[in-house]
Amino acid sequence: MYTQGLDVQKGDVSIPLEQGDSELERRFQAKIDADEKIEPKDWMPEGYRKTLVRQISQHAHSEVVGMLPEGNWITRAPSLRRKAALLAKIQDEAGHGLYLYSACETLNVSRQELVDQLLEGKAKYSSIFNYPSTTWADIGAIGWLVDGAAIMNQVPLQRCSYGPYSRAMIRICKEESFHQRQGYEIMLTLARGTAAQKRMAQDALNRWWWPSLMMFGPNDKDSPHSAQSMRWKIKRVSNDELRQKFVDVTVPQADFLGLTMPDPALRWNAGSGHYDFGEIDWEEFKQVLQGNGPCNRERMRDRNRAHERGRWVREAALAHAEKRRARAAAQTTAVAAE
Amino acid sequence: MTADTEKMTPEQQALFDYLLRLGDNAVVLSHRLGEWCGHAPVLEEDIALINVALDLLGQARSIMTYAGEVEGAGHDEDALVYRRDGFDYRNVLLVEQPNEENFAVAIVRQFLFDAWHYELQTALLQSSDARLAAIAAKSVKEVTYHLRHSSEWMVRLGDGTAESHGRVQEALDDLWRFSGELFEADAVEERMAAAGIGPHPQSLYAAWSETVDRVLAEATLSRPEDGWMQSGGRNGRHGEHLGFILAEMQFLQRAYPDARW
Repeated sequence: MYTQGLDVQKGDVSIPLEQGDSELERRFQAKIDADEKIEPKDWMPEGYRKTLVRQISQHAHSEVVGMLPEGNWITRAPSLRRKAALLAKIQDEAGHGLYLYSACETLNVSRQELVDQLLEGKAKYSSIFNYPSTTWADIGAIGWLVDGAAIMNQVPLQRCSYGPYSRAMIRICKEESFHQRQGYEIMLTLARGTAAQKRMAQDALNRWWWPSLMMFGPNDKDSPHSAQSMRWKIKRVSNDELRQKFVDVTVPQADFLGLTMPDPALRWNAGSGHYDFGEIDWEEFKQVLQGNGPCNRERMRDRNRAHERGRWVREAALAHAEKRRARAAAQTTAVAAE
Repeated sequence: MTADTEKMTPEQQALFDYLLRLGDNAVVLSHRLGEWCGHAPVLEEDIALINVALDLLGQARSIMTYAGEVEGAGHDEDALVYRRDGFDYRNVLLVEQPNEENFAVAIVRQFLFDAWHYELQTALLQSSDARLAAIAAKSVKEVTYHLRHSSEWMVRLGDGTAESHGRVQEALDDLWRFSGELFEADAVEERMAAAGIGPHPQSLYAAWSETVDRVLAEATLSRPEDGWMQSGGRNGRHGEHLGFILAEMQFLQRAYPDARW
C-alpha cells in the first residue's frame, strides 16, 4: 500500500521551495541530474531531507494504518486459503512499514519520533484507509484498486534519487504486484459467483473507486511542491499523469469483471487515446485529510489504544534487556577481578 | 454437519477424531492470534504473531484435508472448518481462551501450548501413519520457532518490570487450569497410541513439565499448583467463547451457503 500525493499540502511553508546555489548545492543537483543516487552520508539540502522524511514516513504510516481495514476481515475470511493469503498480505505490509521506517532513520530521525507524530495526529497517512471495509469484497477491491493505485505511484519511485528509498521501493513493488493480482482474483471469483456475490463486488467497486483516484493527490495545478520534487527526482511523474494511467489500466479490468464503474462521465476518448472521467469530489478529499473521513477517529483511536496497551510490554522488554546487560557486565568484571 | 460414523471403521473413526483434535487446535489458536493483527505492542510483534498464525493455519489445512479423506464423506478442509458447530469441534479449551487485549494472556496461552505442541510434533515424526509423519516433519520446524518465541517473551515479561511480572504471573495462574487437558488419555488417544499413530498423551508430560520449569525459573515466575483441571474441549464440550469464534469465522459460509470463495 502506499501513501499518496499528499506529501506536501498547498499552503504548507515548512519545506522551503527555493533552492540556493552554493557549491554544495550545485554539486548535489549535478549528481541528481546525472541520475546518480544520493546516499545517507552525502550532503543534501535541508528541504530535500525534510521532503523525503515526510514522504517516506507517510508511506510507512500508511502501511501500518492500512493493516486495520484489512485486519478487520481476518477473522471472517471465507476460506482457509483466503485467510492464509490475507494474513500473509498483512504481514508483508507490516514488513514494508518496518522497512520504510528504517529507510527514514537513515535521514537522522528515529522511528520513535515518527510513530509519536502519527499517534499525536501530526503526521498524515494515506486517506484511503479512513474508509471502512464493510464486506468481504472490500478485501478484493482494496487489493485490486488501492494496491493497484499504489503500484502506479511506486513504480516510478524505484528510480527515486534517494538510494535507500529507491531500493526499498524495488522490493516493495514486487510484493504489491502480487497483492494486486490476489485482490483482482478475489473480485473475479465474486463477479463470476452467485448474484449476491456479484452485488457485493459491485458495491465494493462503487465505494472504493473514487477514493482510489484521490490517492494520487491533488491536481497538478494545486500541487505547488511538485516541481521541486521533480527536479530533485523524489517524484518522477505528476499526480494527474499517474491518475490517468491508473484509469486507463483499470477500466478494461472492470469491464472484464463485468462490473460498472460508478462514473457516468467515464468514456473512451479516441482523440486523446485515454479515458475521460468525471470530476473528483475534492471537498470530500479535503475533509478526509482534515480528519473527517468515516473512520479517521477509529483508526487513530485503534493505533493509540494498541500503543497504550502495549506500553508495559515494551517497558518490560527494555528493562529485561538492561538487566541482561548489567548481568553480563558484572560477570565480565568478576572474571577480570579473579 | 456431523461426522458420518456409519461408513468409517472404528480405526478410521478414531483417526478422524484424532485429526480433528489436531486440526481444530491449530484452527482456533490461529484465529485467536489473527485477532492481534494491527494491535500488537510493537510492529515486530504484529509480524511474529501473524507468522505463528500462518504456520498454524498451514498445519490445519494439511490436517483437515487428510481428515476429510479419512472420513470419506466428501468434506474438504473448508467444509470441515466452516460447517461444523461448536459441539463437533475437538480443540482443547486452552486455545479458545480469549486474548482480553492482554499480551500476557496471549503469550502464556501460546507458551503452554507450544511446549506441548513441540513434544507432540516431535513424537509424531515417528508416527506409523506416513501422512501424519510427513505433516509433522514440516510442522516441527515451525513449532520449534514458536516455542522459542513464546519462551523468550515469558522470560522478558517475567523478568522485566514489576508490572510485567505481575501481569504474566496472573495470566499463568489463570490459564494453568487448562493445561491438564493436554495430557488426558481417552479411548481415541489410547487407540492412536496402540496403533503407533500418535504418542500416548501422558508420555509427553515429563518433557513438557521440564520445559515449563526451565522457562519459568529463568522468568522468575512461580509454577502454579495443579488444582482442578478443566477439560471437555476434545470431546466437544467447550466454554462460551468458542461459539463466538465460530459465529465470526463461519459467517460468510453460513450466510451464503451456495457460494464459492
